[in-house]
Amino acid sequence: MMTLKVNGQDHQIDAEPDTPLLYVLRDDLKLNAAKFGCGLGQCGSCTVIVDGKAVLSCVTPMVLLEGKQVTTLEGLGTVSAPSPIQRAFMEEQAAQCGYCIAGMMMRAQALLQRNPKPTDEQIRAELAPHLCRCGTHMRILRAVHRASHLMDTAALSPADKRSAP
Amino acid sequence: MNAPVILDRRRLLKGSGALVVSFSLSSAFAQDQTTQAPPPAPKLPGSLEKSPYLDSWIRIDADGSITAFTGKAELGQGFKTAFQQIAAEQLDVPFASLKVITADTKLTANEGYTAGSHSLQDSGTAILNAAAQARQLLIAEAAKRLELPAENLRTENGAVIAPDGRKLSYGELVATEMLHVQAQPTSKLKDPTTFKVMGQPVPRVDIPAKVTGGVAYVQDLRLPGMVHARVLRPPSYGAELMECDTAAVEKLPDVVKVVRDGNFLAVVAKKEFQAVKALSALSAAAKWKETAQLPKQDDLLAVLTTKLPSEDFVILQRGNASATGQKTIEATYTRPYQSHGSIGPSCAVAQFIDGAMTVWTHTQGVYPDRAAIAEMLHMPPQSVRLIHTEGSGCYGHNGADDAAADAALIARALPGAPVRVQWTREQEHGWEPYGPAMATKLKASIGDDGKIVDWSFAVWSNTHSMRPGGAGSLLAAQHMEKPFAVPPAKPLPLPEGGGDRNAIPIYTFPNAHVTHHFLPDMPIRISAMRGLGAYHNVFSIESFMDELAALAGTDPVEFRLKHLDDPRGRDVVEKAAQEFGWHTGQQAPAGRGYGFAFARYKNLAAYCAIASEVEVNRETGRARLVRAVAAVDSGQVVNPDGLTNQIEGAIVQSTSWTLYERVTFDERRITSIDWQTYPILRFDAVPEKIDVHIINRPGQPFLGSGETGQGPAAASLANGIANATGKRLRDLPLTRKRIKDAIDA
Repeated sequence: MMTLKVNGQDHQIDAEPDTPLLYVLRDDLKLNAAKFGCGLGQCGSCTVIVDGKAVLSCVTPMVLLEGKQVTTLEGLGTVSAPSPIQRAFMEEQAAQCGYCIAGMMMRAQALLQRNPKPTDEQIRAELAPHLCRCGTHMRILRAVHRASHLMDTAALSPADKRSAP
Repeated sequence: MNAPVILDRRRLLKGSGALVVSFSLSSAFAQDQTTQAPPPAPKLPGSLEKSPYLDSWIRIDADGSITAFTGKAELGQGFKTAFQQIAAEQLDVPFASLKVITADTKLTANEGYTAGSHSLQDSGTAILNAAAQARQLLIAEAAKRLELPAENLRTENGAVIAPDGRKLSYGELVATEMLHVQAQPTSKLKDPTTFKVMGQPVPRVDIPAKVTGGVAYVQDLRLPGMVHARVLRPPSYGAELMECDTAAVEKLPDVVKVVRDGNFLAVVAKKEFQAVKALSALSAAAKWKETAQLPKQDDLLAVLTTKLPSEDFVILQRGNASATGQKTIEATYTRPYQSHGSIGPSCAVAQFIDGAMTVWTHTQGVYPDRAAIAEMLHMPPQSVRLIHTEGSGCYGHNGADDAAADAALIARALPGAPVRVQWTREQEHGWEPYGPAMATKLKASIGDDGKIVDWSFAVWSNTHSMRPGGAGSLLAAQHMEKPFAVPPAKPLPLPEGGGDRNAIPIYTFPNAHVTHHFLPDMPIRISAMRGLGAYHNVFSIESFMDELAALAGTDPVEFRLKHLDDPRGRDVVEKAAQEFGWHTGQQAPAGRGYGFAFARYKNLAAYCAIASEVEVNRETGRARLVRAVAAVDSGQVVNPDGLTNQIEGAIVQSTSWTLYERVTFDERRITSIDWQTYPILRFDAVPEKIDVHIINRPGQPFLGSGETGQGPAAASLANGIANATGKRLRDLPLTRKRIKDAIDA
């Protein structure tokens, strides 16, 4: 048994130490946002935030997570009370199938937490580990810019404070 | 319509030289084709033709709740939202007041496959007309009750309203059997100038859950008591399982069962990561005999055009084929096998209870896949239910149907337990049916007037659909102890076509000859991928048009317009050129080039023209799409933002196919099995800007636009590279190395 803090809550997890975080999030905690895309750290679909940094949960074993704080997309907000980045992705309609989007959003969130006003070049560089097959890239870039703007103009929501490092 | 004269499809029998008319397509391919025997008039609109009852499409309950039904599957294109707009508009109810139920063999009409950009044309048209006719029935009922002429009544917000203010809600008016009537051939559709919901960029209904971690995909289903399965696929096509100590694997922690049926091997565990670990153990324990003989990766042109047997069809013969102009050129273009590359590997959940099988799947065709799975399990189709549940975008026939079959086969061995099968990345890349390799040979001449005098086009290709079909299309069924044979491949008939999709030019040439060399043997597993043959055929035709424009000394846009009679085609070409700032005699900045391309998908669906600015690094050969401007005419637009999203995506995805993508293999095995070995476009290659300009055609039929951008985007990019470098590249993908080699040559 180990304790894992996810979205501000402590969970007792019974998993082998080599279990990747992704399977604990999906299988034990029934969270949907982090997605299995490759299990190889090649596509970014499984990205979550650990202690403020974007992490590929499919290749991060539980043994490395003792005492760390994990934030998933569910921890940022809800449909009725979306966080700025969730609002931005809705407003830009930045998805087709949307399978890659949760991972994209978490890396963008981590970027915006440490750099609230990234340039287009910085956003592209940051999202380099992420694949989108539908070709929704233009909208994703616009949504991250919009999220930056929304975070700037609105007070940080409690969810954002919670996931801050 | 400027449809070219199309000859009867003819099969040139090898050796005999005899021409016989051949129409022998099974109904299994019905959804990738449209040329069926002409139905008796009058034809009902869209899919009403096959499912004519209004309540197959629209249901209104006594409490006033409204449901629209579609047999098509939402694949991330956003049409679920578009269908809701159509129904809301024609019923005169608020958008949010109704819901849409998608493909489910228990609930919806059989609309075959969600493919070929047909969803709006088939299902959207059915819902449009069914909703309009339902509204008229409600008005007629209200007229009776209010004792007023129907024409004095209007509808608003889910009610019929009389001039004196009396109001009857749809819920009050509807009677049990009111909508259980056959549709009429024509409907009283609303005047497009009065539309409130159709034509609006309504936000997609599925996006909120997708950006907040809601249940959105089959991968997110968690049924009580669900177990996790992994399949161990053979290392190569046709490999046989010689031995495997399954007992040792079954002793691993939390492993529920190892299921073996011939060469089909799967492991089931209580928790997902235990299944992952058990799969590794099973893989180490399995000993295979491999026999596959794959063609030579670098010899594809010869394999396609000379080594594989072909059945030849002359699909266009216009004028005097031997006529020649003054200047003649010829060129050969090739396309490798390419992967759908879904970001989420295929997944399915199945449950077998009391002789009934339920499968939650991201298949594109719940009915045909149900038939195939029922055949595989020797069950009556009525005992099998398939429920479409979204997966990752598929862009054609990926591993979805196979994963559904895997889940069903395993679930049968574990009665009662919901079984979730998740493919691995390597399985999706290694076992999905790829977009087929193709070759085209073109020859044309320019006359004194600078126009094309004669045109010859030949395409070599496998079929572009090996969808189920029967059980033999499913990997699990092929691998069982009593296997089902892969069904013989068949060419998909024109006018939509498969390998010959868009092989017939839309341009008007006095002499034209087009041959389809259909290759029945499939050394690599293939099937339908977004655009089918149109991707390569449009790439070939539109690249060659630029080569001919250069020969004629004419601007490429002007050259196209000289040969294009279709007024709607001319409109999109002119629109894209104008919005791009294209002009005769233009000169791109150093290291850059401008490219243009146009097609009407299948010569009968949406029109799309794309102008591109491309940058080529002469030192490295790296090509980058800088900006693209597209114009599209998809008929009546339902959701302009959805259409724009599709075209933007088509341009980016086609750019990825065109610059980077090629399935690789050695003599035995597929070797492109993940994102390292099958690289696709990443953010560093995303263009600076994509502009999509829609030419709306209010009141015109929906044309379907999911695939219209693939071919023009490829050719526009290739033409931009040629313009930037002075070199013409004709073999896909247009890799950095190929461009560099061409520059250095």
